[in-house]
Amino acid sequence: MTRQMTGAKMVVQALKDQGVDTVFGYPGGAVLPIYDEIFQQNDIQHILVRHEQAAVHAAEGYARSTGKVGVALVTSGPGATNAVTGLTDALMDSIPIVVLSGQVPTFMIGSDAFQEADTVGITRPCTKHNWLVKDTKDLSSVIHQAFHVSASGRPGPVLIDIPKDVQFASSEYTPKPKAPVGHYQPQVKGDMETITALVEAIETAERPVFYTGGGVINSGPAASQLLRELVEATGIPITSTLMGLGAYPASGKNWLGMLGMHGLYEANLAMHGCDLMINIGARFDDRITGRLDAFSPKSKKAHIDIDPSSINKVIKTDLPIVGDVGHVLEDMLKVWKARGRKVNREALAKWWRQIEEWKQVKCLTYKTSETTIKPQYALERLEALTKGRDRYITTEVGQHQMWAAQYLGFEDPNRWMTSGGLGTMGYGFPSSVGVQVAHPEALVINVAGEASWLMNMQEMGTAVQYRLPVKQFILNNERLGMVRQWQQLLHGERYSSSWSEALPDFVKLAEAFGAKGIICKDPADLDDAIMEMLNHDGPVIFDCLVEKHENCFPMIPSGEPHNKMLLGDAQATNAIAGKGAVLV
Amino acid sequence: MSALQIKKGSSKHSAYNLRPTFSDVQEAHTITVLVENEPGVLARVIGLFSGRGYNIDSLTVAEVDHEGHLSRITIVTTGTPQVIEQIKAQLGRIVSVRDVHDLTAEGSSVERELALMKVNGSGDKRVEALRLADIFRAQVVDSTLESFIFQLTGAPDKIDAFADLMRPLGLVQVARTGVAALSRGTD
Repeated sequence: MTRQMTGAKMVVQALKDQGVDTVFGYPGGAVLPIYDEIFQQNDIQHILVRHEQAAVHAAEGYARSTGKVGVALVTSGPGATNAVTGLTDALMDSIPIVVLSGQVPTFMIGSDAFQEADTVGITRPCTKHNWLVKDTKDLSSVIHQAFHVSASGRPGPVLIDIPKDVQFASSEYTPKPKAPVGHYQPQVKGDMETITALVEAIETAERPVFYTGGGVINSGPAASQLLRELVEATGIPITSTLMGLGAYPASGKNWLGMLGMHGLYEANLAMHGCDLMINIGARFDDRITGRLDAFSPKSKKAHIDIDPSSINKVIKTDLPIVGDVGHVLEDMLKVWKARGRKVNREALAKWWRQIEEWKQVKCLTYKTSETTIKPQYALERLEALTKGRDRYITTEVGQHQMWAAQYLGFEDPNRWMTSGGLGTMGYGFPSSVGVQVAHPEALVINVAGEASWLMNMQEMGTAVQYRLPVKQFILNNERLGMVRQWQQLLHGERYSSSWSEALPDFVKLAEAFGAKGIICKDPADLDDAIMEMLNHDGPVIFDCLVEKHENCFPMIPSGEPHNKMLLGDAQATNAIAGKGAVLV
Repeated sequence: MSALQIKKGSSKHSAYNLRPTFSDVQEAHTITVLVENEPGVLARVIGLFSGRGYNIDSLTVAEVDHEGHLSRITIVTTGTPQVIEQIKAQLGRIVSVRDVHDLTAEGSSVERELALMKVNGSGDKRVEALRLADIFRAQVVDSTLESFIFQLTGAPDKIDAFADLMRPLGLVQVARTGVAALSRGTD
């Protein structure tokens, strides 16, 4: 049976067929027909955000916490340009989202019409793929194709630009099974010969380490299970990037903690000193590698990645395996078991003794205070008081983000939403909105800095309107903490524009939006205040006044290798010099 | 999607000893890319080059299969071996790209370019230009009493050589198509 319908109705129908239950969006002239269709149905809920950037971040939070594709709907012109930051963020972190944008009618394209922008041109470099649909008959199959492209291979954001006349015109609807998905079929199975070579390397390695990333999370919960099985069975230590936290549980006995610029001492030294590095779904980002020519100088490197362009991009790989992490891990386990479950036990025990020595440095130790709340202490208490709960954490970007990664423990994948690649201040709040919509009963906390949080604070309106009990846990140091830290390290303590004057009264701000505000500045009151936040059934802004000049350690100064870590303030002033100074 | 052609510089004994460090030798490669002929596809390809800072020495594009909606883009680019590998991998992950081949790396190929050159002059220089054109098998496609336009096809270095010879003889304008290329043999 052929079904004729308008383009606007097709959009809603195709979303339903793709199993979409939630759309984050903001209406405008060029998407009115789609909003009219959304109004006339009940299967898809629309969450009205307060800014299009927030719609995309909310869709990202939804996608990261569910493993499904997130959807955002924005209007033409400024609606689409506001979505650009979110799209770029999703591209950098490989998050599957579909953004639908309205466009001026086809006959007005190119005429500098009201709210016209070259949306496909602007978003071409910040999407995995995008489409301008000029004919209603193509619309439904393009939407189905868009979901396929977004979710398969290395996931990423896609955008469909839909002119208003295409939304009004009628054509035949192409159902999902009949839609051609095109030629985009990324390779998911890894090369067995190389997998076998990697297993052989694991059998004999003296100082092996797993270095895992967001690819494990993106591959799905099964991949995390397989990773846990492999790590437990081999007894090999494991570290992870910021994006990969939760794939292996923080309470697991082989866990070394996060690695990289603000990673743990033992994790970074294990990377530096290993003889076999097994990169699973990570991409040798510059936050991880530090100085390239001194990166893990003595190791054989294996790299499992679904994106061929990630392999040999910055670090030369000895054992490249292109494929989906889940598939490759399954094959690795199979081969390793079939060959007799061998590892170099004696050498491994020695390696672990070395790692234990590094752990004794206790790199996360900080100077405690009875009068001021240390940000690390605030996070330790948050961790202690929320442990074991059905908890999701989002963050903004900066010092608080690194402290959250260091001091909070993640036991499961999809529980940690943070802007890694792009480092988008303003990501965390709207992302927490998206997570809470996807998990209405769960505890969703956005660990924020006051500066980042202000970048998308308008979303208080969304949280209150939809009764989303998101907890905004703001570590308020009245500074752009990470900027200030770098100015101390690199620019002779000249703190150019890195403090926040005229901050709002966050309690009154919460109340102005109809939410609850809590302020806490005494460490003695902290536990009670956190409990008050957790027990409140509704959105809360928690203004946690913390030490203003705390620096985030450990730190690998830019331009230095893993074994040149700074562990505390004594080493910090003007620590970045020479070639490192031009790096970010 | 093209298969990844990474040399597996490893054996079961000592992979990292065999691992070559990234070379800094600049190589010119001719890369041919089969793409779906849809709006914006050329922008995707050249946007990749400009966005990631790769060189384009020459670029040609035209539809080659009308029914299949396919175009062929031929790009001559320069970079270290690592950059060339990156370029191919990055091209391969563009959704509208069907196929990527590195003609320089995959054996011998035929590369041709067409050029039009306007040479102004009179007297001996004019006669000499015509004589050299004959040697290069360039055709005269336009003529006035003081000018010729020569049409020349061939490999890029032949075109360069002809242009060098014409320069002292009154070369005033050059238009070149850029390289079109195919691998030799049945593949």
